[in-house]
Amino acid sequence: MFITNVQSVPGKTIVDHFGLVSGSTVRAKHIGRDIMASFKNIVGGELKGYSELLDEARKQATERMTDQAKSLGANAVINVRYSTSSVAQGASEIYVYGTAVRVE
Amino acid sequence: MEQLILFVVLVVSGYMVGTFLEKRHYRSIEKRETDLIRLPVVTLEEDVIDETKKIRYAVLAKGNAVISIDYFKRFLSSLQNIFGGNVTAYQTLVDRARREAVLRMIEQAPPSDIITNARIETSAIGQSANRRKSVGSVEAFAYGTAVKYKDD
Repeated sequence: MFITNVQSVPGKTIVDHFGLVSGSTVRAKHIGRDIMASFKNIVGGELKGYSELLDEARKQATERMTDQAKSLGANAVINVRYSTSSVAQGASEIYVYGTAVRVE
Repeated sequence: MEQLILFVVLVVSGYMVGTFLEKRHYRSIEKRETDLIRLPVVTLEEDVIDETKKIRYAVLAKGNAVISIDYFKRFLSSLQNIFGGNVTAYQTLVDRARREAVLRMIEQAPPSDIITNARIETSAIGQSANRRKSVGSVEAFAYGTAVKYKDD
């Protein structure tokens, strides 16, 4: 599965378009990470727990998108865009979308 | 009285530890940026890809970082909010998050010759995300397409 955020897969030619595919996930962090983060809020710096959480969430959203693309018969997703929004306190939504194509 | 003591302790420890951590982080960012200067990261799309060379692979490169502000700066920013103007307390916060995210994007990508169409997005996350007036922590997320040429 090729995933790029440019308008083609460099070095390959597009033979077929399948339209928009997308994947999303809403994640909340668990209480342990939350407590650690509130301590870290005093001195500042990186919140590793949150970084990992959002990284995992993006992986899952991307997986959902590629699963959808596979079921359409595509072998690449091009022009991928990510967006993040916080839907509720302590939870964030990751949304990823792109165009499913077949390349050769 | 006790609350005042706690507040002063938090502000002082936030200032001392926060400034130390920030300086250390900036040193690490600057060092890694000079190490990685040879790899071009551009926001242009495909025009920059060398057509004369064959491409071995093109993959999506991603990197993210969540950076939190310290207690002292949060207090400082609330003072700066009264008078308006530059909120210097937040400038370093978003700057650190973005530069760190871009560096991670480069580091986590497989070895490549160029990263095209780099995009950076920023969002406020954490408990304070939906509260007005308080920005607790920001997330920067950088992504782009890493291209590796065939060597011949």
